Amino acid sequence: MTTDVVVTGLGATTPLGGDVTSTWDAMLAGRSGVTPLTQEWAAQLPVRIAAQLAVEPSEVIDRVKLRRLDRSEAVALIAAHQAWKDAGLAPATADASAAVAAGIDPERLAVVVGSGIGGAQTLLSQDDILEQSGPRRVSPHTVPMLMPNGPAAWVGLELGAKAGVHSPASACATGAEAIAWALDIIRSGRADVVVAGGTEAVIAALPVAGFAAMRAMSTRNDDPERASRPWDKARDGFVLGEGSGVIVLERADHAAARGAHVYAKLAGAGMTSDGYDIVQPDPQGAGGARAVTLALRDSGLAKTDIVHVNAHATSTPTGDMAEIIGLRAVLGDHMVLTSTKSMHGHLLGAAGALESIASILAIYHSVVPPTINLDDPEDGLLDVAAHKARHMEVPAALNNSFGFGGHNAALIFTHA
Amino acid sequence: MSSRPEITEGLAEILEEVAGVNPSDVAEEKSFTDDLDVDSLSMVEVVVAAEEKFGVKIPDDEVQNLKTVGDAVSFIEKAQA
Repeated sequence: MTTDVVVTGLGATTPLGGDVTSTWDAMLAGRSGVTPLTQEWAAQLPVRIAAQLAVEPSEVIDRVKLRRLDRSEAVALIAAHQAWKDAGLAPATADASAAVAAGIDPERLAVVVGSGIGGAQTLLSQDDILEQSGPRRVSPHTVPMLMPNGPAAWVGLELGAKAGVHSPASACATGAEAIAWALDIIRSGRADVVVAGGTEAVIAALPVAGFAAMRAMSTRNDDPERASRPWDKARDGFVLGEGSGVIVLERADHAAARGAHVYAKLAGAGMTSDGYDIVQPDPQGAGGARAVTLALRDSGLAKTDIVHVNAHATSTPTGDMAEIIGLRAVLGDHMVLTSTKSMHGHLLGAAGALESIASILAIYHSVVPPTINLDDPEDGLLDVAAHKARHMEVPAALNNSFGFGGHNAALIFTHA
Repeated sequence: MSSRPEITEGLAEILEEVAGVNPSDVAEEKSFTDDLDVDSLSMVEVVVAAEEKFGVKIPDDEVQNLKTVGDAVSFIEKAQA
C-alpha cells in the first residue's frame, strides 16, 4: 500500500508578485515580470534584462535580521512562512517553535529547500570588502550566508523542524528535486510533514556574465517583456529570474486528521540523469523523457490522464524542442502545455518549485496559465496555451525540470 | 579621547546598527549576551565596528573579558589613553 502525499500549503515571492495570489493573478493575466537592469554594474554586460523580485525582502523582513541573510535565504524564508501559514499552521510564539505551536511533532517535520547556485551575492560582496578593507572587515555572518544549505537551514530553524533539513543542488532541477525528495521522505515514514521548495537570487554581475558567456541568455535588451519566449522561432535564450517557491507536503491521513485544506495530491516523481553533456541537453530529450516515464509509473496513472504539462522550456534554442520530442514520445500529443517562464523568467533552483505551484493551481482552479510571446511557434510543437490562459479541467498535471549537469526531475500532481 | 558617556553612546549606536538593540537599553551594567541578546557573531561585528569608531585595537583574546557594556567602555577608555 502506498502512502498518499498531499499539498496543503503554498508560498512564493517572485518577479510577478510578493505572494502566491499576486503571482498567480499575474500569470493568468499574461503579465511579464522582465525589466531592464538599470543598476550600474549591468551597464558593461551583454545582458541587461532580468526578472527581478516584485517585492523586495526588505519590505517583509526587518533590517537587523536581513543583515545576516543572503538574498536567497531571505526569499526562501518569506516563501516558507507563507506556505506554513497557508497550510493553516500557527506561527512560532515567544515560548514555542512554529512546529510546536502548530501541533506538529518537530521530530516528524522535515525541510528540503535547495538552490542552484547558493549565496553567490554574499560571496561576491564580501570578496569586495576583503579586497577593499582587509579580512578583519569581512562579516562573521559570511559563511552561514553563502553556504548552499543556508536557506534550508534557516527554514528548518524558524519552523523548528527536527526530522532533517536537506538541500539538493541540481541546478535548474533543484526545486523539483526537492519536492521529489520530500515525497520519498514521507513515503518512507521519516516525516509526516515536509516543507519543500527552491530558492535563487543571483541577479548580479558575475552570474549574469557567466550565463551570458555561455550564450545561454536572451540579449533582447531593448524589449524585456518579449525576451522570454519559449518555443517561439525568434527565441534567443533564457531570462534570469529570482525568487522562491515553497510548498507544504503532508501525509494524507495526517492532513485529514488536522482538518487541513488540500490543494492537490503529489502522485508521483521521477528523477534521472542524462549522462550526455555537462550543459547541453540530450537533443532527443531522452533523459527528461525517462524521468517522465518513471513519474508516470510511480503515479499509477495512464499517459492519457496527464492533460497538462508545465514544461521546463526556458526559451533556449536547443532545450525547448528537445523536451517536446521527449514529451511526445512518452505521453503522446493530447496534452496542453505551458511555460510560465515566458512571464517570470528562469528562477534556476527555484523554477521547479514555482512551476509546481503553477501546476497545482492549474489543477485546483481548472485553468492553465498562458505562454506569452509565442507569436511564431516552432514546427512540430504540441498544443500550447499561447497568449491567453485556457480554462479546462485538469485532473492531473506534469511539471518538468531539467538542470545543467544533466539532472532531470518530473513531478505529477493530481486532484486531491 | 572620549568620555565614558560618549563611549557608551557610541557603543549604543553600533549595537543598534548591528543587533537592533534599542539605544535606551544600553547602560554600563548591561551584559551583552544576557541583557542585550547579542550573539557571538554579532559580538564580532560590534568589536570590529568599535575598533573603527574609537581608533583602538581590541585583541580577540580580550573579547571574552568584555561581558558588560561597562567592561567594553573601560577597555576602550584605557586603550585610547
